[in-house]
Amino acid sequence: MNSATREAYGAALAELGNKNPNVVALDADLAGSTKSATFGKAHPDRFFDMGIAEADMIGTAAGLATCGKIPFASSFAVFCTGRAFEQIRNSVCNPELNVTVVGSHAGPSCGEDGSSHQAMEDIAIMRALPNMCVVVPADDVEAYAATLALGEYVGPAYLRVARLASPTIHDEDYEFDLLRGDLLREGDDVTVVACGMMVPRALEAADQLAEQGISAQVVNMHTIKPIDGELLEACARKTGKVITIEEGSIVGGLGTAVAEVLSERYPVPVRRIGVNDVFGTSGPGAALLDYYGLNAEHIVKVAHELCD
Amino acid sequence: MHEDLAAITRRMRAHIVAMLAEAGSGHPGGSLSATDIIATLYFSHMNVDPNNPDWEDRDRFVLGKGHAAPALYAALALRGFFPEEDLLTVRKIGSHLQGHPCMNTTPGVDMSTGSLGQGLSVANGMALAGRIDHKDYYVYCVMGDGEIQEGQVWEAAMSAAHYGLDHLIAFVDHNGLQIDGSNDDVMRVTPIAQKFRAFGWNVLEVADGHDLQALDEAVAQAKRNEGTPTVIVCETVKGKGVSFMENEVDWHGVAPTKEQAKAALAEIEAPDAPGKE
Repeated sequence: MNSATREAYGAALAELGNKNPNVVALDADLAGSTKSATFGKAHPDRFFDMGIAEADMIGTAAGLATCGKIPFASSFAVFCTGRAFEQIRNSVCNPELNVTVVGSHAGPSCGEDGSSHQAMEDIAIMRALPNMCVVVPADDVEAYAATLALGEYVGPAYLRVARLASPTIHDEDYEFDLLRGDLLREGDDVTVVACGMMVPRALEAADQLAEQGISAQVVNMHTIKPIDGELLEACARKTGKVITIEEGSIVGGLGTAVAEVLSERYPVPVRRIGVNDVFGTSGPGAALLDYYGLNAEHIVKVAHELCD
Repeated sequence: MHEDLAAITRRMRAHIVAMLAEAGSGHPGGSLSATDIIATLYFSHMNVDPNNPDWEDRDRFVLGKGHAAPALYAALALRGFFPEEDLLTVRKIGSHLQGHPCMNTTPGVDMSTGSLGQGLSVANGMALAGRIDHKDYYVYCVMGDGEIQEGQVWEAAMSAAHYGLDHLIAFVDHNGLQIDGSNDDVMRVTPIAQKFRAFGWNVLEVADGHDLQALDEAVAQAKRNEGTPTVIVCETVKGKGVSFMENEVDWHGVAPTKEQAKAALAEIEAPDAPGKE
């Protein structure tokens, strides 16, 4: 409970290894941080540390996948999606290989390591690749479930997990549906679509807004690609106004994906909250979320701008 | 060694010239330099089944230098994976024969390649999978000499040695030329053998990468090696088998015209053509 999504990922990956002997894991010298080491400890013969060489890690994962293995390749989000982007493009997504790339320490909540280590653009660049499935779990329970689901899912996938511990919002018996967004709270005036650790903050904002006379509904859009357009359209039809919030760049991420869908299916005003096209900075992860306005107060403020 | 291998390489070369002339674009030079290596593998060493291209115990082949696809396509067609007539559809809309190898459309292609430097990592992954599953298959990877300028090749070279992948056999098709000029002018890659030795590989050198007997023996020797990956560094001639293409960098990525193809085919089929016994 209330642990980091990367912790749940590692635990779920080890469990996947128990269930399926074809599951293998690779890391690029960050196994202790990404938590793929949890798998490594349980299944040492199926764990491969590839050293500080992300491009080779992705290529090796692709080769394993051609032989029926189910590889999970982990590193910090900025390195596995950035350094190895073209390997993911040409050796994984183009041949539609069953590789899950796992990016941890994503977003400003990565913290003190600063801008070089804080992936802001990973959702955008992974989402741009054909055949790619992009998943950003909201809490530890969902991260565990999403990892198990991706072990069953066949095809290229990107799982984004965080360094920072965050509140658990789901019950232990939560049933995860990879292809369906999750309407967590119903409301009439505005819809807040969130992913990752922004989801508990969206719920917090909805509580505050309720006290202020604004009825907000909250969607956990854990899967950004393929996105649940049906749910988004239903929300837009119902509330007529949408706010998105994500722990990453507003360029190309969840907010962009939502705006793309709604502009074609049911255009309504959309306001995007995220990191405003800048690189990160050093500081405690939780404090940086406030520094970039990734909090309930910001959602409340934007909701008033839209609704008042 | 396959007794008709020389004849097969001539037929492969003829196909390469014909399909590129028909396509109007593509890479004859590097296809012709890799022809004898690929023929040796598919006709003398690789355990594959054209009727079951996805057979899980098969030997695997990764064409790191994906632009030599015409050589691979010719070998696959002659090996029976698909009809030879298909070769003339290469690079056309709707063809299963893409400009660079595509595993999802072409029977017998084990990995999609084309972006240089990625193949060796993939081959390593295949070899690791074989080890996990206690299988005996071999994984072959053919790289270009320009290709080894890619840093990922050396990441993969480290990994293959670190994991002791002795069922991985790589080749460097050292024809000395790349798009912008000679390796030496663009970015020196020599000494290749010493580099791989320093990375912990078993290194074999074939002084004439068009000598089918020498290639055959090198592969056989590589298979006897235990505990380390093997690279076979082959000295080759870009454009081999077509006199006006040989050692001419301009033939890296330009297709012959119909007239040039006719002249090339006449040479390939001539009694004293290279590879003719």
